[in-house]
Formats: sequence, C-alpha cells, structure tokens
Amino acid sequence: MKNPRRALTGWGRSNATVSEVAEVPNHEIPAALQGVGPRGALARGLGRSYGDAAQNGGGLVVRPLGAAHQAVIDPAQGTVTVPAGVSIDDLLRVLVPRGWFVPVTPGTRFVTIGGAIASDIHGKNHHVDGSIGNHVRSLTLLMADGSQRVLGPQQQPELFWATVGGMGLTGIILEATIGLLPVETSAMSVDTTRIPDLDTLFAAMSTTDEQYRYSVAWIDLLAKGAHLGRSVLTCGDHAPLAQLHAAAPGTTVDPDAALAFGPKQLVAVPPVPIPSRLLNKLTVAAFNELWFRKAPRERKGELQGISAFFHPLDFVGSWNRLYGQAGLIQYQFVVPFGQEATMRQVIERLSAAGAASFLAVLKRLGPGNPAPLSFPREGWTLALDLPGGGAGLAELFTDLDRMVLDAGGRHYAAKDALTTPEAMRRGYPRLAEWQAVRSQADPHGMWQSDLARRLHLLDTPEQTA
Amino acid sequence: MKNALGQSQTIVLLGGNSDIGVAIVRAAVTPFTRQVVLACRDTARGEAVAATLRSEQLAVAVEAFEGGEPAGHEAFVAGLAERFGNLDLVIVAYGLLGDAEVTRTDVAAAVALAQVNFTGTVGAIVAVGNQLVRQGSGSLVVLSSVAGERVRAANPVYGGTKAGIDGFCQGYGDWLAPQGVHLLLVRPGFVHSAMTQGMKAAPFATSPEKVAEVTIKGLRARRRMVWAPPILRVVFSVLRHVPGPVWRRLPLG
Repeated sequence: MKNPRRALTGWGRSNATVSEVAEVPNHEIPAALQGVGPRGALARGLGRSYGDAAQNGGGLVVRPLGAAHQAVIDPAQGTVTVPAGVSIDDLLRVLVPRGWFVPVTPGTRFVTIGGAIASDIHGKNHHVDGSIGNHVRSLTLLMADGSQRVLGPQQQPELFWATVGGMGLTGIILEATIGLLPVETSAMSVDTTRIPDLDTLFAAMSTTDEQYRYSVAWIDLLAKGAHLGRSVLTCGDHAPLAQLHAAAPGTTVDPDAALAFGPKQLVAVPPVPIPSRLLNKLTVAAFNELWFRKAPRERKGELQGISAFFHPLDFVGSWNRLYGQAGLIQYQFVVPFGQEATMRQVIERLSAAGAASFLAVLKRLGPGNPAPLSFPREGWTLALDLPGGGAGLAELFTDLDRMVLDAGGRHYAAKDALTTPEAMRRGYPRLAEWQAVRSQADPHGMWQSDLARRLHLLDTPEQTA
Repeated sequence: MKNALGQSQTIVLLGGNSDIGVAIVRAAVTPFTRQVVLACRDTARGEAVAATLRSEQLAVAVEAFEGGEPAGHEAFVAGLAERFGNLDLVIVAYGLLGDAEVTRTDVAAAVALAQVNFTGTVGAIVAVGNQLVRQGSGSLVVLSSVAGERVRAANPVYGGTKAGIDGFCQGYGDWLAPQGVHLLLVRPGFVHSAMTQGMKAAPFATSPEKVAEVTIKGLRARRRMVWAPPILRVVFSVLRHVPGPVWRRLPLG
C-alpha cells in the first residue's frame, strides 16, 4: 500500500488518529485493499459522523468516490441506483429537478449514501417513514474475501440488516438502490409554533405529529424553571404545486421552476485558530434567546426551501470549527415512550449544568426496523451539541448515560464519541446476534474502526464476559 | 481507545512502583478506564499498588519488567498490545536516583545508572513509540527532571541521564506528532517521594499528586512539555543563563 497517511477526526474534531487514506473509485477499491495490515480497513464517506465511527487509526481508510451523474433513476419503480460514495447533496441536485426526493435526509446534505446506510440515518420523517434502511431495495457489498454480494430485505436478509446500521464493519457498500419520494415542487410547507415549556411540547408533538410527514422541535436547553423545555416546533410536508399557485395568485407557476434546487453555501468558517471559549454559556444563551424570539408564535403554511427546512446548518461551511481546538461533543439518545419523566430529568440535568448547548433537537421516533444495530426505536430522541473540553463534562455525561440506559434507552453510534462497551451492550441487546453475522462475513477481522475498538464491537461475547 | 474527553481506556505505567507514575495513573483513571497495566521489577510491591487501584470496572495487571534491559522491551510492549488492545496512555516513569557519592567516581555504578535511566529508557520509549505509531494514536508521558535542565555537581550522572532523555524526547516527540502520537515531556522539580526520602527539599518542592495534576492538564491541552510546578519554567529560564561562577555557588539543595 502506498497511500498517504493522514490524521482524521469525525465532525466533532476530537481524537484524531492517523491512518492511510485511499480515495478511489469503486473499481479500484480491491487494489487499494491489497496487503492491508493488522489494523484492517474501513470505508469513510464525508466524515460527518461526530465521533470515531469513520476512523481507523493505524489501518487503512477507503473513501469510495462516485459521481451523481452515475445515478440511474427508474421512474417506473420510483428508485435510484447510485454509487455509495455519492452525497445526498449531489444526489438531490439530480433528483429534485426530476420530481423526486430522497426518502430520508439527516440534518445535513453532506453525507454519502454508503455512510447513510452504515449509520441507518433517520430524519424529521422517522415517525412516518422510518430510517433509510427501510427504503434500501438492494445494495452491493464488497466482502472481506474480495467477492461482491447483492443484498436486500429478501436477499440474504441477515447480512443485509447487519450492514444497515452496521457502521461499515461488514464490508464496503459499493452501490445501493433506494426507493424515492415523488414531489411536485422543491418547496416545503411549514407550520411553526413557539412552545412555552416541556409538557406542552410533549403534548403538542404527541397529538399533531401524525398530521405531518416531517416534524422536529428545537429546545433551548439553557432555559430553566417554568421555561424549562421552551422550544420551537416546526412541522411540514412537501408543498404541492397547487400551494405555489395559491401563494402567487394571478401568475402561472412553471412546473420546472417549481422544482428548481441549487442551494449555495452562504459563508464558511475559515481554518484559523478560534478560541475554544467562543461558544460559551453567555454567547449560546444569547443565540438561543434570539432564535426563540425570532420564531413566530404560530405560523401556518409558510413556504420554505428544502435547505432552509432540512439543512439550515449547511449554509455555513465547516461550522464545526466555531468550537475551536477542543471541538464539539454531540450526544444523541432515545428513550421509549412513557419515559417522558426521564427526558425531563435529562433536560433538567443539562439545564442545571448550564451546558452551553445550542440547537438541541427533540423528535418523536416511530418503530425501528429489523437491523440489530439500528439506532431508531419508538420513543423520544434528543440530540445536542456541547463544546468539548469543558469542566464537569465527564460527570455530566456519566449521569446522562445512567439515566438513558436505566430508562431502556440507547445512544446513536454515529454521533457517539464518549460512551462505553457496557453502555452499548445495554442499549443494543441484539449486539451478539449482529456479531455472529458479522464474524461469519469477516472471519479474519478485515473491517475495523476506532469506534469498534472503543465499544468492543468486534469481540465475541465470551471475550467480553 | 480514548473518548472525546481525552479519557483513556487502557493505561500502561512503565515503572509501576514510581510514586509519580502511580499518581499520574490515579489522576488519569476515570469511569471510562477499563485496564491499567503496572510494569515493574518488584511485582510484589506492584501488586500492593494494584490492590489500591482495582475496582469492579477497572482491571489492573502487574507485569514483570526490567527497565534497564532494553533487549526485551519491543516484545514486552507488543505483548501488552496483543493482550490489552490499543494502548491509549503510556507513562514512562522508571529511573534511579543513584548515590552521587558513588556514581561520580565508580565507573560500573555510573554505567549501571545510565543503563537504566538512559539506555533502557530510550529503548522503552522507542518500543512504545513504535506501538503507538502502529495504532496511529496514543499518548506517551515521559518523566524528565529539572536536574537535566542544567546539570549540577551534586548529582551529575543522574542529571546527565535526564538531560539525555529530555533532549531525545524533544526531537523524538516532534517526529511522532505527525504520526498521531502525542509525547508529553514532564519536568518536575524536587518531588517528595520514596526516591527523595531523607533528602533536603529544594526550593519549589512539590508532590507526586501535583505533578500528576500538571501532567493531566498538559495531556488535555496536547502540550509537548510541562514543568511541575509550572513556575519552574520561569525559574529555570533565569537559572539557565546564570553565569557559571554564580550558578556553582547557588544554594539549590
């Protein structure tokens, strides 16, 4: 192997490890894997998982390249077949003007299809549509022995579901065929409501969620007392063409123009040293206050662009640099319905700690899928960002982990950079089942990652006992 | 592996009975830590230390290790990695103070001290460095001493070995850094410990716990070098430039 060695981190910019990096198109991956060493290999997409999921210190990291023009849309089936290295950003630029939308998008467009499947990502529509794994019709997996297998919910379903949410540890996803959502316009019809406190939020989401394909609440985690859990709830769906007509009476809306999609980055954070304390309790509290107050008390049927609704942070390139050298820690977990008291406890603990979290997001998840390591399950999920390196963070996260696990909840591996092998085992009771399928597909331990090492994912159950 | 807070799962101490080394281990152990390895000559004493560290979540292994015999170092470190996985934090803390009265005049004694403090230690650091480079990550803490900053007549062999280690680590750490490995050089002043028992304390004397505190801060900030106590950096930036005739008369304990 003659690949350059590079320090890689996740989006949280902590815990860099150095590995060989091969950025190659799919057909060159087998050659890149020749002579891989004892630290194994791992596929990496755009590095948007927050922690160490897409790192393989001392080993090989493969970035499969692919172009959106290679995507093949099957209008009759309503599917697209696309190389795994293509990003949702590139894919949407091809799909939307043709009247299609991806079945699931996370909060950023800058994830690859392969990474999305490996993390089994979910979006604002999970309560209606499930996670991306639910929409994968088939995928091609490069196996440890160099062979390729086409997998699907009906083709070798065990290995298929071990690959969905499998964090890249079953092989390299080369290509996937995904079911699409037809859309008439590239606009979103959005209802926004300011919510004064947590109980009102639980009630509002529980009663109105089913009326919307997309829903999510932003919570101000610095609010205390009577304001604890104050939030802005946004719900929406793709706007039909008729709504655009109604919004501009007397004019005709060109159906092609209605599907225009070409989001631009407005600004990027330059790679200059930024003080680690730029985002502190004061600046974040001010931001949160502003965000809450700028939201309308209640507004219905507002037309927004896809990016403004789904990917607001994508307007700022490299926003993770704002957290300075210490990076950021993202923490996302789910607790089952009925554990609202736990969610309240967690939010109280964060609020009491004065943790400078901006843009914490609460969402109701629908039923999970058959993948043993898939994160989403029915319940409430909260995702938050905190500046790394702050005092008291270790105690805070130890407390949160305990609350989450005692409530029957679990952590999202694609976001995680903190938790322990024990927490993984409590949260994912089917881990051993996944390990059995995985080790059959990869008996010699070709696929490895820093996350797998930290969470002891590749251990056999005997070794961890 | 480490987590995003920089906490280590596996910690190795070469010099498992070193007071400063053990204090650094105690300070580095968190609820996230799963494994500590104490590598030392006197494993019976090591077991006594291990008993104070061990808990339900924390396994502690005591391994026989001859710091002054570098021929076995590479295999020893590789063996640890094989059994315990990624070595996240390795502390090289072994060394002898020696009796200056003897080492100043006895060739065999001087060489024996240099063998442990310099030759063996360089071997251990290179063996650990190789392993951490293979991992593409890890932190390596090496205990130097202010005694090596400007070596004194009071203990020239000890001071000389520390000067050698210190200099080696500055260059070696810079070579490791782009390979993902963080080497932190710790320069303590006079530390109240078993090694210095019965000696008259020098100015700015400190404790193993204080050295550990400074070390942990340095690890977190990814500093290449720390002084313990930190004021010694200022003190020695002056002492370094004191004219020889004055330096030799200074009452430095």
